[in-house]
Amino acid sequence: MDLSACDAATLRTLLGNGDVSAVEVTQASLDRIGATEPHVKAFLRVLDEQALAHAADIDRRHAAGEPVGPLAGVPLALKDILCTAGVETTCGSRILEHYRPPYDAAVVERLRAADAVVVGKTNMDEFAMGSSCENSAFFPTRNPWDLDRVPGGSSGGSVAAVAAFDAPLGIGTDTGGSIRQPAALCGLVGVKPTYGLVSRYGLIAFASSLDQVGPIARTVTDAALLLAAIGGHDPRDSTSIPQPVPDLTAALDAGVDGLRVGVVREFTGDGMEPGVRARVDAAIARLGALGADVVEVSLPHAGYGVSAYYLIAPSECSSNLSRYDGVRYGLRVDGATTEEMMARTRAAGFGSEVKRRVMIGTYALSAGYYDAYYAQAQRVRTLIIRDFEAAYEHCDVLVSPTSPTTAFRLGERAADPLAMYLSDIYTIPSNLAGAPALSLPVGTDDAGLPVGLQVMAPVLGEAVLFRVARALEADLRFDATPTGRNSLAEVLA
Amino acid sequence: MTALPEQASRYEAVIGLEVHVELNTRTKMFCGCATDFGGQPNSRTCPVCLGQPGSLPVVNRRAVESAIRLGLALGCDIAPVSQFHRKNYFYPDMPKNYQISQYDVPICLRGSLTITTAAGEHRVGITRVHMEEDTGKSLHVGTSGRIHGADYSLVDYNRAGIPLLEVVSEPDIRSAAQAQSYLSELRAVVLALGISDAKLEEGSMRCDANISLRPVGHTVFGTRAEVKNMNSIRSLGRAIDYEIARQTDLLIAGEPVVQETRHWNEDAGTTSTLRVKETTEDYRYFPDPDLIPITPAAAQVDALRAALPELPAAQRARLAQDHGLPREQAATLVAVGLAPLFERAVAAGAAPVDAANWLNNEVVGWANERGADPTGVPLAPGDLAELTACVADGTLSKKLAREVLDAVLAGEGSPRAVAAERGLVQISDTGALTAAVDAALREHADAAQRVRDGNDKAIGALVGAVMKATRGKANPALVNQLLRERLSGVDDGR
Repeated sequence: MDLSACDAATLRTLLGNGDVSAVEVTQASLDRIGATEPHVKAFLRVLDEQALAHAADIDRRHAAGEPVGPLAGVPLALKDILCTAGVETTCGSRILEHYRPPYDAAVVERLRAADAVVVGKTNMDEFAMGSSCENSAFFPTRNPWDLDRVPGGSSGGSVAAVAAFDAPLGIGTDTGGSIRQPAALCGLVGVKPTYGLVSRYGLIAFASSLDQVGPIARTVTDAALLLAAIGGHDPRDSTSIPQPVPDLTAALDAGVDGLRVGVVREFTGDGMEPGVRARVDAAIARLGALGADVVEVSLPHAGYGVSAYYLIAPSECSSNLSRYDGVRYGLRVDGATTEEMMARTRAAGFGSEVKRRVMIGTYALSAGYYDAYYAQAQRVRTLIIRDFEAAYEHCDVLVSPTSPTTAFRLGERAADPLAMYLSDIYTIPSNLAGAPALSLPVGTDDAGLPVGLQVMAPVLGEAVLFRVARALEADLRFDATPTGRNSLAEVLA
Repeated sequence: MTALPEQASRYEAVIGLEVHVELNTRTKMFCGCATDFGGQPNSRTCPVCLGQPGSLPVVNRRAVESAIRLGLALGCDIAPVSQFHRKNYFYPDMPKNYQISQYDVPICLRGSLTITTAAGEHRVGITRVHMEEDTGKSLHVGTSGRIHGADYSLVDYNRAGIPLLEVVSEPDIRSAAQAQSYLSELRAVVLALGISDAKLEEGSMRCDANISLRPVGHTVFGTRAEVKNMNSIRSLGRAIDYEIARQTDLLIAGEPVVQETRHWNEDAGTTSTLRVKETTEDYRYFPDPDLIPITPAAAQVDALRAALPELPAAQRARLAQDHGLPREQAATLVAVGLAPLFERAVAAGAAPVDAANWLNNEVVGWANERGADPTGVPLAPGDLAELTACVADGTLSKKLAREVLDAVLAGEGSPRAVAAERGLVQISDTGALTAAVDAALREHADAAQRVRDGNDKAIGALVGAVMKATRGKANPALVNQLLRERLSGVDDGR
């Protein structure tokens, strides 16, 4: 049996029945990584020893009749933005190269408690700023569907690892689309949960009011299992919602009959590729065929989302990234004075996209500009939240494309930040609203590249989100195996 | 400082104080680290107060309560919604390179504090009280001791994240004496609330003064200087007097006062430029997205209000009224923090004025000699009552009583036990003194004769002789009485 081909739900059954051991599953994952990694470059660090030791411990406990977690023995790829005690955590940046956090992120603790086996830490755009994974300070990651194309970003490494069948589960973070957009570009399920559903403690901050950790998987069920494992209240995060994760599995297979699905009028416009439009329209038609009541709705202010986002996120990042100054940890480039040391360290340690956003944010928060930029962006954010509230008076979920395009070629947009920023035009509004959204693969375009449908729900509406996605998944039967010209399958064959 | 009095009197000082109060909560403002003073450098730190990547702040509920209680004590409005902001600037002893503070929506607004000086009562407005976190401490190693020219620098983050309250006054203060009275009264309020040990010398209470001058009668403010580094109430007064004189000289000479931060040099008794603020520093304040607004329930505020202790002003008034203390004496008791001990001693039977005198003079003196806090003196209320009783009933003279008090404070026992143990009991037994009195009359017949001749003062020599003969233990009043009985011929033994 090819254990790498199994999803998490299947592995749970096999491991639970004793058909396979956690060590066997982990070894299969590590072997697969060994084969795919030279082509995909999804990982900054493969944690073979740690993963095998954890797997052996799970097997020992299983044999001894001791309790094991709900994801016992399932391999998982962890984005390098989450702190792991004693294990290098770089956030894709030179400034944190060789940085070993003194503590585990809350999500890492919960993954450990669930006995998911972390096989490695994955590549990402530096400090999660980017939509292609090309902003990693170390190397770009490639899309397993076409190795000359980007996997999307910023969680490109975790997504590419799951798409390459290195592991059935991945953890990403989503500030403006950083889980959903790469999931769409790599044919996977990716979820940005309700803000506050998953603890941010130990998540290296980019934009604190927008950042959220979420699951990446090849199936909707796997994504739900992973979200259930990492979600829930954490008193160490003041913005954590003080209630348990909604039950995601009870109504998973309840279908969409009678559900009201809103198609966002504003998310069908400029810049959308015909192939994306065709697959998304077809998927929406299937929802109607499955009994959903499909209506058109408007989010009149959503068009200002990107502008508001590119003031709020840089403003918060300009402050969040101040701590990287060479004084306490990470890179230090010496200078004659403390100020010079700090300036040199930051000049050498940050990449150009990070510097661009720190400068934009510093400007937007400056006295005399604050009201025109930061405060104005916050007002837009409120308008967008009201737009969503109004739309949900008529709808249970909203749908749109996840990304206006399929995966683009490496280097294609690297020189044009604005074109890159528009990758997140449909995903950003959910971050601004703090509401959950999911990307589901709904087919491929004429070039054989995956297309994602975004499903959005009201705050804490994860259950209906997963229910709609599961119904469509069962109907469309999308095959997540990357195939076609220049795909990983072709190269490995 | 050469300004002539008539020229100087053309200006009035406008002074506002910013006081930082370090709270005595068990843990830091945003994490669970201990706030205890001392400890190995960086031993009281965690990912949160070290600003490690990914760490997040969680507000200390007790610190919020302390802020509300101080606000209530100062008559402030408690904001139903207040917010933490980030104050962004780079400094090595600030772990995140931003300080979590409060900005346009502080927790307490619009209060006041009434102070008393020789000139009478004066109301000083309180603009705001807000919460923030403290920074770490830098140690610059090298000959200069300052960051510039240091061989290297070390940073201790034990203090980083300690909760602070900043109390900002309106520019309602006009003199050094008023400023001193304000700081002293604010300190008394803080001590009464028990939210800080408020030691200026140790930095758990810090005071910056904004000082400007303007011609008397004008309403527009002059250019101000901010003076830092006053480590006692006395330093505050000296620094303000110096700064007023300095600015007066500049104005009289027609030179401008520069807006700047100045450093008070205690030894030199002068202020000097620390940094010039050419432009307003831009801290890029914005609401901290890691924290949710503080929304104290009205019921919680009411409960905290109801549980406020008696505040110093009320306490002074009550001590004066209930116990017949002179106002000055009541004020001293409250200022030195000995009112509770006083009241317990009175409850135990002490005469109020006597007890207050003992506390304000002898007990405070005893503590000061040892550099100790008077509120911590090891004196039981019953022992103080016993001591005053011993003096009142003649068992101990004042002089003996002082010696006994020292022994009581040294832990040797109750006043009567100490007096007995040391043989210090005053001789108040007529029989025991008769021999000494007779001997004195014999040996100083001339003095006795002068008394009989109407020179009353001459009796001092006779009393002194008796006291000498009894090695100070005789009850002076009784000796006096016995001598007079003899000299008036009631029973002169002749």
